[in-house]
Amino acid sequence: MQRIGVFVCWCGSNIAATVDVDRVVAEAKVQPNVVFAQDYQYMCSEAGQGIIRNAIAEHKLTGVVVCSCSPRMHENTFRKAAERAGLNPYMVEIANIREHCSWIHKDKEEGTEKACVLMRAAVAKVLLNSPLKAGESKVTKRALVIGGGIAGIQTALDIADAGFEVDIVEKRATIGGRMAQLDKTFPTLDCSACILTPKMVEAAANEKVKLYTYSEVESVGGFVGNFHVKIRKKARYVKDDICTGCGACMAKCPSKKGLNEFNMNLNNRPAIYIPFAQAIPNVAVIDPEQCVKLKTGKCGLCEKVCTAGAIDYTQKDEIIEEEYGAIVMATGFQPIDASKFDEYSYSTCPDVVTSLELERLMNAAGPTGGVLLKPSDKTHPKSITFIQCVGSRDVSGRGKCYCSKICCMYTAKHAMLIRDKYPDVEVHVFYIDVRTPGKNFDEFYRRAVEQYDVDYIKGQVGKVYEEDGHLVVQGVDLIANEQIILNTDMVVLATAIEPDPTARKVASMLTASIDTNDFITEAHPKLRPVESPTAGIFLSGVCQGPKDIPETVSQAGAAAAKVIGLLAKDKLLTNPCVSHSNELLCNGCSCCEKVCPYGAISYEDKLINDHGVRETRRVCVVNEALCQGCGACTVVCPSGAMDLKGFSNKQIMAEVDAICR
Amino acid sequence: MTYSYYPGCTLKTKAKDLDHYGRLCAEALGITLEEIEEWQCCGAVYPLAQDEIATRLSSVRTLMAARDKGQALVTLCSACHHVLTRVNNDMAGNDNIRTKANNYLQPAVPYAGETRVLHYLQMLKECVGFDELAKKVVNPLKGRKIGAYYGCMILRPAKEMAFDDPENPTIIEEFIKALGAEAVVYPMRNECCGGYVTVKDADLAKKRVAKIMHSAKDKGAEELITACPLCLYNLQANAGADAVPVTYITELLAEALGLK
Repeated sequence: MQRIGVFVCWCGSNIAATVDVDRVVAEAKVQPNVVFAQDYQYMCSEAGQGIIRNAIAEHKLTGVVVCSCSPRMHENTFRKAAERAGLNPYMVEIANIREHCSWIHKDKEEGTEKACVLMRAAVAKVLLNSPLKAGESKVTKRALVIGGGIAGIQTALDIADAGFEVDIVEKRATIGGRMAQLDKTFPTLDCSACILTPKMVEAAANEKVKLYTYSEVESVGGFVGNFHVKIRKKARYVKDDICTGCGACMAKCPSKKGLNEFNMNLNNRPAIYIPFAQAIPNVAVIDPEQCVKLKTGKCGLCEKVCTAGAIDYTQKDEIIEEEYGAIVMATGFQPIDASKFDEYSYSTCPDVVTSLELERLMNAAGPTGGVLLKPSDKTHPKSITFIQCVGSRDVSGRGKCYCSKICCMYTAKHAMLIRDKYPDVEVHVFYIDVRTPGKNFDEFYRRAVEQYDVDYIKGQVGKVYEEDGHLVVQGVDLIANEQIILNTDMVVLATAIEPDPTARKVASMLTASIDTNDFITEAHPKLRPVESPTAGIFLSGVCQGPKDIPETVSQAGAAAAKVIGLLAKDKLLTNPCVSHSNELLCNGCSCCEKVCPYGAISYEDKLINDHGVRETRRVCVVNEALCQGCGACTVVCPSGAMDLKGFSNKQIMAEVDAICR
Repeated sequence: MTYSYYPGCTLKTKAKDLDHYGRLCAEALGITLEEIEEWQCCGAVYPLAQDEIATRLSSVRTLMAARDKGQALVTLCSACHHVLTRVNNDMAGNDNIRTKANNYLQPAVPYAGETRVLHYLQMLKECVGFDELAKKVVNPLKGRKIGAYYGCMILRPAKEMAFDDPENPTIIEEFIKALGAEAVVYPMRNECCGGYVTVKDADLAKKRVAKIMHSAKDKGAEELITACPLCLYNLQANAGADAVPVTYITELLAEALGLK
């Protein structure tokens, strides 16, 4: 006969304020087979776990029900406690009386009643539990990093440093990401390229790191420790092992009207191009939409001038298949489209630019060679106005509800750099709040105001328009409580940042959850910030939420540490709560195979002894290493042959019965 | 195609040209506009107070009349379009207003915002199409530099009016181009003309209109068109040194179609 112990947690006042724990204990004591019940303030604490261990020993418990928080929080804690006392860990059930009960109810009477019901269901279920044993699976000691910006590069370098092989998949033709486009970095004003390009070179030179640039992840299969990934290496039309990056083709290409993405489309590039001088790999790529040869079959100039013979117009996309133990998402961000906010006239006035465009306009390698000129007439601006929070903290529904976090600091940087290089230029900044939490950040902002005389105006801008050959900014000064009409030569919009548009697609391939803004969700916002709830998937950089370079690099290192911790293991324990099929009931209909998202189900012809009748039947076989225990097959099986260990149909019906009793 | 048509009070008095040429052109383009019988004033100003029901009722009656005929409702005056659209939204989405208005009017079939309210320009775009309209032009307005003046009423609040991008609207420019003229885009085309404030503080309206006219002239507009009688009044009465002629959209259309 089963001997069940019930343990009711107060969770401080989280549960005890809305649930009468004494009543839950009293009710538990009268449940069938329950031989022990007790409450405690914090069941997850060492003392609380001690109560459970002692009770298992003293009352010879065969099963345990803990009425506490979500199993996602502490199921593992209590399973381990039971195991230490000699009980099979899968003989522990959690009744979630916090997230499912006390947190969502206000009335104590209602809360208590529901807690009792949930407790009864868990007791009914545990009575049908059977001891399970976790299996083992191997770990492929190789990691994949998706995205080759500073986040991806740093993660890869740190993983490689621990001796593991790591591949970076980058959709653009070069690694470097957004940071490569920046001129200077706050709060130290060191040159972005000077600190990034050595890391790019290091990534290329490191024998443990393999770069797949101009490539995208095509599909992901498998599970933690054993991911199977297909990578699409897009056709460059240039053999990357032969190209020397001399640039002769770029000079000769007659089709020069392509928009230079690296310079935020502010100037043009030829159809065959190297994204920028320090690109890694330093290999040309042909834009097939623009190349005359690829579109019409006539031209071929680049092939003629290429002394290395690297041009190959017949190149096709290539699919590469690789095995990985862990995958890191580092897909980064893009600035939001400023033309959604046309009160600032971004789509009609060339002298209204975004902050990232300004980075290129200030950069020595940018379209103006680092001389700040108005895009409209290439003259020197006398006055520049910055508008903060364009699309951030937005209540109009056109932008993002969140603070993009980096804009206050980069705007202070821009303002300061402009005042330093061109002291004759007047600089105004319209802001809602100036947010500068970070080491040496507020000092940096104060320097812009006090040392560089940047005119900070608290208030928002209603309209930017062109009149009599210059721009007019119509805004409000909330401190002076007056309308401001400013004549200015250039307007810079501090546009919000949003996850790169590929993030959603990549996340769904990885079954990593995303939030309403398409940022990837952490397994726990405080305690597991670099892991996805999906085992083996880790997060690095802005794909998880807005952050600056120092924070990105720290998080990249943290993600690498988690990956290293995983890859250092030779074997992983697998979840024993997997499907299994009753061969006597299975009729080989293939329904379960069709719904299995993990490819864990196959069929074989087997000799079956059905009550003395021997015959060969086609029956289902579950690969327990691949099965993730989702239960889809158990629902779809028409003959009731499929069942899930730990969540059997019988157990679930017993829970329903207990709830309805 | 047949639509219910709501002219509104101003189009019967001060803005007869807007109404007259609107009907003439519609007929020439094969559109039938059936004037709502015994229509009443739309209310003229959209009541912002949530508990103000009585002032919404006349609009509800108009909307209901169109619903009963199974027709979309076309308006020309920006203010009428504004009021009818917003009251219609209330009847569709605001339980309190819908219940009270229906309780008061006691219609045979309660009204819940079923009518589609269209502005004349939207009707042209939807029913004729600007490409098709261009083909029907007999007097192309070649060489004319015309600025669109939108004002606020048909654009804002943008979510409710769902007319065009309130910051960078394009529909009147498309209309001007279809008629063969050059559409001059100038930044003040969506700024307020002063509206009713002109009655109380003409100086303020003068200031606003001077800015609009200056902006239009700065960008090279030689004439302006508008759909709103009050805007037209302000633009004409309060223009300063930079004044350019202002006419109604339907007058321009009639000219291009050879009806004026």
